[in-house]
This record gives sequence, structure tokens and C-alpha cells, in this order.
Amino acid sequence: MNESLTCDVVVVGAGVVGAATALYAARAGLDTVVVDRGPVAGGTTGAGEGNLLVSDKEPGPELELALLSARLWAALAREGLGEAVEYETKGGVVVAGTDRALAGLEKLAAEQRAAGVEAVPVPPDRLPDLEPYLAPGLAGGMHYPQDAQVMPALAAAHLLRASKARVLTGREVTGILRGPGGAVRGVRTGRGDLHAPAVVNAAGTWGGEVAARAGVSLPVLPRRGFVLVTEPLPPRIRHKVYAADYVADVASDSAALQTSPVVEGTPAGPVLIGASRERVGFDRSLSLPAVRALAAGATGLFPFLAGVRAMRTYAGFRPYLPDHLPAIGPDPRAPGLFHACGHEGAGIGLATGTGQLIAQVLTGRTPDLDLGPFRPDRFTEEAA
Amino acid sequence: MRTDLAVIGAGPAGLAAALAASARGVRVTLVDAATRPGGQFYRQPAEALAASRPEALHHGWRTWERLRDGLAVSAVRVLTEHHVWCVERTPDGFTVNALLGPEQEEPVQLHARAVLLATGGYERVLPFPGWTLPGVVTAGGAQAMLKGGLVVPGRRALVAGTGPLLLPVATGLAAAGVEVAALVESTGPRRLARHAPALAGKLPEGAGHAAGLLRHRIPVLTRHTVVRAHGDDRLTGVTVAALGTDGHVRPGTERHLPCDTLAAGHGMLPHTDLAESLGCRLDGLAVAVDTEQRTDVPGVWAAGEATGIGGAALSLAEGHIAGCSAAAHLHGTAPGPAPAALKARTALQRSAAALDSAYVLPAHWPEQITDDTVVCRCEEVTAGAVREALDLGAGDERTVKLFTRAGMGWCQGRMCGTAIAGLAGCAPTPAKRPFARPVPLGVLARHHPKEGPS
Ligand SMILES: Cc1cc2nc3c(=O)[nH]c(=O)nc-3n(C[C@H](O)[C@H](O)[C@H](O)COP(=O)(O)OP(=O)(O)OC[C@H]3O[C@@H](n4cnc5c(N)ncnc54)[C@H](O)[C@@H]3O)c2cc1C
Ligand SMILES: Cc1cc2nc3c(=O)[nH]c(=O)nc-3n(C[C@H](O)[C@H](O)[C@H](O)COP(=O)(O)OP(=O)(O)OC[C@H]3O[C@@H](n4cnc5c(N)ncnc54)[C@H](O)[C@@H]3O)c2cc1C
Repeated sequence: MNESLTCDVVVVGAGVVGAATALYAARAGLDTVVVDRGPVAGGTTGAGEGNLLVSDKEPGPELELALLSARLWAALAREGLGEAVEYETKGGVVVAGTDRALAGLEKLAAEQRAAGVEAVPVPPDRLPDLEPYLAPGLAGGMHYPQDAQVMPALAAAHLLRASKARVLTGREVTGILRGPGGAVRGVRTGRGDLHAPAVVNAAGTWGGEVAARAGVSLPVLPRRGFVLVTEPLPPRIRHKVYAADYVADVASDSAALQTSPVVEGTPAGPVLIGASRERVGFDRSLSLPAVRALAAGATGLFPFLAGVRAMRTYAGFRPYLPDHLPAIGPDPRAPGLFHACGHEGAGIGLATGTGQLIAQVLTGRTPDLDLGPFRPDRFTEEAA
Repeated sequence: MRTDLAVIGAGPAGLAAALAASARGVRVTLVDAATRPGGQFYRQPAEALAASRPEALHHGWRTWERLRDGLAVSAVRVLTEHHVWCVERTPDGFTVNALLGPEQEEPVQLHARAVLLATGGYERVLPFPGWTLPGVVTAGGAQAMLKGGLVVPGRRALVAGTGPLLLPVATGLAAAGVEVAALVESTGPRRLARHAPALAGKLPEGAGHAAGLLRHRIPVLTRHTVVRAHGDDRLTGVTVAALGTDGHVRPGTERHLPCDTLAAGHGMLPHTDLAESLGCRLDGLAVAVDTEQRTDVPGVWAAGEATGIGGAALSLAEGHIAGCSAAAHLHGTAPGPAPAALKARTALQRSAAALDSAYVLPAHWPEQITDDTVVCRCEEVTAGAVREALDLGAGDERTVKLFTRAGMGWCQGRMCGTAIAGLAGCAPTPAKRPFARPVPLGVLARHHPKEGPS
């Protein structure tokens, strides 16, 4: 069936970022169409874990976006979407095994507090109150009550449903239509053109390809992650628990494997352990070294897990930009093209803020945050 | 532990492969999860073989005796109760990671220069209203009941579904003294007849089974399907109905057949988990191999039903060819499989293909799954929940699973994968199960240089 239609904005990508963009764009009064070559949440969103973390971010533009997003997630939950997307304000607990790691954690927490993050020090003897099954002998920890959780695939699906936008799945965007003067006029798909004066690239890890179809470059690369899922257990792990070196892993530029895991229970029972970080292209094949390292990290934090079975493991590809910040905002190289991609390992958490910011610029309002650090053409300049 | 060739699976394919390679001077280790070798077919004791295939006893039983005795005098090391959860590539070959049964807690590693996957297949299950009632079993389950002497003579059973395995199950139950109310086959008689010439000569036991049906006076209802199984806390009867040429149930043809056992079978699917995580290419739902039974991963062979469903005799031929090829490559010589095996493989593959195109699932089977029917038993997900997920934008097995948790439980979608793909209206895809068995985190962590939190 060939279908050609006209709307105010076409969002390319039905992952969580595209879904949140559609929601806020539609709420801003724009006639919105979302198009995806696969099903809803068929990309990295379907492989993500749904941690909405502020705890793992150093002060700066990403933390500001995370705090904005956290407020928006909480507001959506209050509106009644909370149950459908399995929103939980479970909080995070970061633990340090040594005094040196603890000192680093305390320094980071102090900076985060100045930026508006709640971070409550937990002396070693209070750790069992928060997490009774933690390994003994830890130097201390930090409690982050703002860390929350959603189920990513359901989040994308329900944000889309709430947006009431038209969703066209199974339609690949093969080209971006440009008019006289280079202005974007819509997209070409395998089944007809969609005409709109604005196109949002929310294609995640494939955002570079979509950008290229508009003739602009955006260096999005895949950063692979494995997650381990255990058999269902009675609730034993209450928070998102991870070791202090996780933050260093997240921010690392190295292509090599980093595996400090976040461990958490889920309402359905299984414990999730994830995720490794590795730059190896789109290689989906199992890496036992990666999952072994995750298992070692998790059993180090929670010794009882040694006797618990991993049922499965899966890989996903985080959309990664060289400076670890997403591309959010209009692309001056292609008027009418907006980018909302490259959120790496935090796209679930950062989706709401991103969607809101895009909706604001689409409707000519002043965005809540300065989009300077997220400018999509920032890499071209550097290269030049 | 070190070996030259690790053969995983000790069914007909694995046994034939291990014996062929061992006879050619290769150090072989044969690994199987079961308590003794034999696989799906030969694991059954003599009586069960006799019961299920009286006419084929000579052939089947003698072959098994030859394999069993050959194994006893061979140099093949047999490791039973070894559940392989993953085979990984190493710089100098492969590591077979197994857990010792039945607890599956103690890890064992076997290092091999080459591996041969002969992991067989598992039953394809299609849900229908009432299929979770006690008394409803799979065709293989019924076979196991026969084997374990759990079949109570005098009971009344129905055998239903599609495929050639229904015949031995029906005659086996009848021979054990069970009254078989009917054999309900969804494929139409004309379709079966059209493929009959292709099937006849190549499936010698087919004729025997047909005779068995006659002897036991088992009514055969072709182009019929189960509509619903009835009962409160256990099965009391089944409603069956005729299928129209369009594949829909013909209204008004429903009839109730009282019974206390329903053996439902819809064919088999290949076990491809180990091959997948090794990175072997699949062909549809089976492991892809060349004429020497080599996968596209150097050093990895595959044979038997892991490479496509075709019966015990085909598995034997493929196993032999694979064992010969592996031995030749390990020695750096040219493989010389028995010409009879090559001939048998060609003929049996043709009849397997004929069976495959003769027996197809009814075109509209997902329509019969009512919204309240549980499709994923592990996570208790109903067909209604799956349909809601489709409405939310899920479009394939993976996204249905994400939205509903269907397929995330203990069986990892082995039971519900076909049903979910059917409800989603897409072709089944090979499920990704990097762990062929659940593995304790402590076992995983053990092979990693231990680090505590810093
Ligand atoms: C293992 C792992 C764990 C993670 N854990 C977390 C976590 O705990 N918290 C968190 O916040 N983040 C986490 N992430 C990161 C998060 O999953 C991603 O940042 C996020 O899902 C990105 O969403 P997206 O909508 O940008 O991309 P996607 O979900 O990938 O969506 C992009 C969509 O675009 C479509 N598309 C691409 N090209 C085209 C085209 N040409 N035409 C039409 N459609 C197209 C794709 O089909 C896809 O559906 C994790 C990631 C991984 C891999
Ligand atoms: C109900 C029923 C009736 C049948 N009737 C007939 C008949 O009449 N005639 C006929 O020709 N065929 C019949 N078959 C089919 C026959 O059983 C198969 O064709 C044959 O067994 C396939 O041989 P195989 O060696 O490929 O696999 P299998 O016999 O299935 O052997 C595979 C072996 O691999 C082992 N294994 C698998 N995964 C692992 C793992 N991860 N770790 C360790 N071990 C593992 C299993 O334990 C098993 O022993 C029947 C099958 C069924 C279910």
C-alpha cells in the first residue's frame, strides 16, 4: 500500500526517544507522524534496561538533561502513565569497596549535590539497612533517592499511544526530501512520501545513516552492551546497586571491555545485571568474557547470586557520539532537520527531556536548557 | 579435559559420528545430558520400541544394538549427564562448557580441537483452548509415558495435530492397551495422497504404521483439528471439527469425543542454541551445513535433526558423514564416508522434504486460540495479552516478548515461540538462546579473574 501524506512533523524512529518526541510535539499542537522500519521498540530501546539514573552523571549538560528528564518522567507517572510503563522510584545505592574509592564517590557526590542531586552518604554499618544481602566489608556508599526505573519497551509503546500520533511501522526512511534552498520537505519511505516542513532524526544508533540521507554527517557509533537476566527470585535487591567504578566506565573513551555492573531486582522477579560496554561494531555474537565479567561483578556485590542461575543474556548497541553527549536540536546544515539521537547508555532516562526540548524548538519556544553542548554540527567544526 | 573431537548429543547422529571418527583414529568425547546414550529414539527400552513399531523392531533395534556394542568396544569417551550450556571458540579450538546433572551446578570444561553438534530437536507445541489441562500431553510426552510404563490400559486417548510422528504414537498407545478414540490429522487426505508417491518408498515404516492403525481399528479423521479440550481439573473430552479447504474450521462440524488423554503433536524444531552462540549460519530454523556436514564456522560440524527434521535413519547417515569429515580434517586427509551413507542421505533428505511439504500447519490456526488461552505457560501470558501487545505496536516475536514477558521463563520460548509468531502473523525466527541451559552466576564468575568492588 502506497500512502503519501502531509503533517507538521515526521519523527524517524519509534524507540523511546522518538516516542517521547512525538508525545511532547503532539502536546505542543503539532500534527505528528512517527515512522519506523521495524516495530515499536525494536531497536536499542528493546535492549535497554530502563535505569533512569542521575547518580552516574558528573555535573554538566548531561546531568542537567537527566534532572529535567527525571522531573518529566515523574510528571508522566503522576498523569497516570506510571503503571503502564512500570515506573518505580526505587533509588540507587552506589557502594565503594575501598577507602580510596569512597573518597572519590564522596567528592563526586558533593559536586552532584551542588547541581541539584540528592546524595545521602551511607556508612558501612547502615548499608545492610538499605541492602541486606550486600557483601560484607564494604567501605561505604551513597544513596541516590532520585534514581528511578521504567520498562523501556512499554515506555516507548505507551508514550506513543498517549501522543495519539500516527505511527507507521515497517516503513524504512530511504531518503530525506529537500526543497529549493535545501529546506527539508519530508521523507521518502519504501511505501510513499511523507510531507512535512520538519523531520526529527530519532533513529538512535542508526542516526548517522538517517543524517547521511539528508546529506549531513553525524558520527553515531554502536557501543555494545550485554545484560544478564537471572531466574525469578523473591525480592531481595531493593535498589539499583552498583560499584563506584561504574561512573568511570560510563565516561570512558576506551574501546575495550568495561563491565562494572548495575544490579537490580525487577517486579517480575528476575535480577538484571548490566551492562558491559565495548566498541566492537554491530557484532551480536555472544561474548563469554563480557558476561563472565558481569557475573563476577554482580556476585562480588551480592554473594548469594553465585547460586542463582542466569537464564539468558542479550546484547544491544548504544548510540554513541565521540564526546558522550547526544545530538539534540536543529541542524543548520539542513533547515527543517532536527536531531534527537546519540544518547548512548542513558537514552531511556534522557528521552523525556529530549522530547520536550525538541518540541520547544519545533514550536519556536525557548528550550528549557541551552542546546549549545548538544549541537548536531559540533563534530564537523572540530574536524575542520 | 582435552579431546580432539567433542560430539555433543548421543542420539543416532552423535553415535554414528563418534563411531566413524573414532574408527578413523580420532580421540572422541561424546557428551550428552541424558543418563545414557541413545537420544530421542534409541533411549527407549526394547519393549517401547516393540510397542511403537512392531514391524520395524528388527531394523530399529538391531541398529541400536550395533551402535551400542560398537560404542562399548570403541575408544570413545562417553560423558553422560553433562548438560552443555555453551560452546566457545578459543585460540586453539573450542571449550565445551557443561554442568553436571541432575543438579546442574558443578561446572566441567572440555577442550576440543573440533566440535560436532548433534543436539537433535524438540517438539513444536501449538496452544488451543484447554491445552493446559492435566491429561493433555505432547506426542513425545505420550511416547515417554509408554516408555515409563505410565500408560494405563483401558483409558481412552485422542492423538491429534499434524505430522508423521502421530502414527507411531497412536499405534503405540493402542498396542499398550489404550483405546484410541481417533487420530486427528489437520492435513487433508488429498494433500497427503498427492505426496504419497514421494513418501511411500522412502518411509518404510509408514506402511507398517498404516497397517497398525487398521489392526487396532483407530479411526482417522483427516483435515480435522482440535477446537477445545474440556474438563475442570482434568481432561474429560475434546471437541474436534473439520477444516474447510480455506483452512478455517467449518461451522457445524464440531463434535465432542470423550477421552482422558490427548496426545497433541505438531512436528519438531531443531535445537540450534549451541550453533547460534558459536556464530554458525542458520538456514531457516536449522543449522546450515555443506555436503560434508560442515557449518560455516571452521572446526564445527553439525548432523542429525539439528540440521533439519528427518527421522532417525537420516540422522545416522548424516552423523556418519560428519564423523568421517571431521576425522579427515583433523588428520589432514580426504574424507571417505561410506557410499551407502551418502546414498541414504540423498534419498532420506528427499523424503524429509516431501513430508515437510505434505504436513503443514492449518492456515488459520492462530484464529482458534481464544483470548483467555494461556500461550506462555512459564509467565502465564494469554493470547489476549499478546493481541494487546500487537495493538501497542509490537510486530514480531521479540517485541511481543518485551511487552508481555511471553517466552522469558524457564523454557525460554521453546514452548510458546511458534504460537507467538503465529499470533503476530510473522514467520517463526530462530530464538536467540546464548545459554542452552540456565547457568549459575557463580559458575560464570569462576572463569573470570575475581575482582571485588573497588
Ligand atoms: C545493554 C543496554 C543497557 C542499557 N541500559 C540503559 C538504562 O538502564 N538506562 C538508560 O537510560 N539507557 C540504557 N541504555 C541505552 C538506551 O537503551 C538507548 O540510549 C535508547 O534506547 C536509545 O533510544 P532511541 O529511541 O534513540 O533508539 P532506538 O530505540 O534504537 O530507536 C531507533 C529506531 O529508529 C529506527 N530506524 C533506524 N533507521 C531507520 C530508518 N532509516 N527508517 C525508519 N526507522 C529507522 C529503528 O528501527 C529503531 O526502532 C542501554 C542500552 C543497552 C544496549
Ligand atoms: C514421539 C516421537 C516418535 C518418533 N518416532 C520415530 C519413528 O518411528 N521413526 C523414526 O525414524 N524416527 C522417529 N522419531 C524421530 C527420532 O527420534 C529422531 O529422528 C532422532 O532421534 C534424531 O536423532 P538425532 O541424533 O539427530 O537427535 P536426538 O535423538 O534427539 O539426540 C540428541 C541428543 O542430544 C542431547 N542434547 C541436546 N542438547 C544438549 C545439550 N545442550 N547438552 C547435552 N546434550 C544435549 C540430547 O540429550 C539427546 O540425547 C520420533 C521422535 C519422537 C519425538
